[in-house]
Amino acid sequence: MERDDIIEYSLDTHHSVEEGVKMRKSIWKVTGLLTLITVVEVALGAFIKQDNSIWPIVKWGFICLTLVKAAYIVLSFMHLGHEKKSLKYVILIPYAIFILFLIFISLTESIAVGAAWEKYGA
Amino acid sequence: MSEHATEQNNTKTLWGGKISPFNASYGKLMMWFFLVSDALTFGGLLIAYGFTRFNTQDAWPIGEETFNSLPFLGHGYPLIYVALMTFILIVSSVTMVLAVEAGHRMDRKGVTKWMVATIIGGFFFVGSQAWEWSHFIHGSEFGKVELADGSQAIVKGHFGKIKNFTVVETTKHHKKGELITEDLMHQYQHAVVKGNIEKGIIQLHDGTLAKVNKEADHDMILIIKKDGIKHKIGQKIEGAEASKLYYESINSGDAHKVIYGANLKENEYGPQQYGQFFFFITGFHGFHVFSGVCFNIIILLGVLKGTYHKRGHYEMVEKTGLYWHFVDLVWVFVFTFFYLV
Repeated sequence: MERDDIIEYSLDTHHSVEEGVKMRKSIWKVTGLLTLITVVEVALGAFIKQDNSIWPIVKWGFICLTLVKAAYIVLSFMHLGHEKKSLKYVILIPYAIFILFLIFISLTESIAVGAAWEKYGA
Repeated sequence: MSEHATEQNNTKTLWGGKISPFNASYGKLMMWFFLVSDALTFGGLLIAYGFTRFNTQDAWPIGEETFNSLPFLGHGYPLIYVALMTFILIVSSVTMVLAVEAGHRMDRKGVTKWMVATIIGGFFFVGSQAWEWSHFIHGSEFGKVELADGSQAIVKGHFGKIKNFTVVETTKHHKKGELITEDLMHQYQHAVVKGNIEKGIIQLHDGTLAKVNKEADHDMILIIKKDGIKHKIGQKIEGAEASKLYYESINSGDAHKVIYGANLKENEYGPQQYGQFFFFITGFHGFHVFSGVCFNIIILLGVLKGTYHKRGHYEMVEKTGLYWHFVDLVWVFVFTFFYLV
């Protein structure tokens, strides 16, 4: 039996020099975008205090911007966007379902636990 | 490119000459599966942090108040250092992508160059995280003070420099009037914690009594983090009143009126779980960064040796790259939920 790592299954294990130039341009564009988002997040975090009335919007803004950053890292840097669609879905969909449920149940339980502690003493 | 593939695919290979699932090699697929499992681990840890934070009645530390120092430059720079760390990690991720891209063109020199840059970025990040930990443990110059009414407050502002301690009476070790100028901050903080400062007279480690000569503080603000009889959470006290309340506690002669830094029993930032989660999550992440740097070094050695060039593809670089991007991805989430929100 031949070694698995000699056989190239991935369709894009190699590309030409011209394709490389295009890819590098898109890499730098994504880099610029991620840096910009980070700068915006830090500026908001440093200057808008938590007792400000606008804070809830800023907080949800952070979470959305973080998801955007994560999407770019996974789809562009980790190449998942260029892989076969089935691989993309196999990785992302179970994780998303699990994490969303876990976040929901953990916050729900946390509120319940907090209320119980306040009522009966921690 | 397709001729290359059919040339190698024959009935003696795995999969009997057909295409592998998802068109990805075994190694790459397994790396993805590992990353999903590790992502679940980190997701679990961050959600546990959220759970604890949500049901804690006490005030939770605010990121831009707690993390506002730069190495060598002191405090007053909210979130700047952690923003720099994030930027360095993102850039190291970019250099890794460029290394993978160079590998796709069989450009060995390019791969080497970009991987070295990635490794340097990784070391920078681990070093920075180590500094953050040490600063977190050491704490600020003011610490967290318990005021006379039982409330607790953190302190913002510029701590006036301690110029010297002037010995008050002659003892075995020192003469009256002698100026002590060494190790001032360290002795001062120890004395405060033990309650050995009363009305501006400090009792040093060797029992000597000396007067504290200290410059005035600037822009002191007390932010109440725990309810007392008079002051409530969120209240801000400024100016002369802040100074009066703070030094009332320092000079009271009672022990444990001020907490400096973080240790296994208490910390100056907030509830003990805050410190515990901080060290565990950033530590676990830092461990991943460190192991990622180690993998990168091993693969770099392989690149230099020419192993992957002879093999005909740089897929090993790509797989290591996946792990490195995962480390960056986790940091993006840790950064948001620990430092920003």
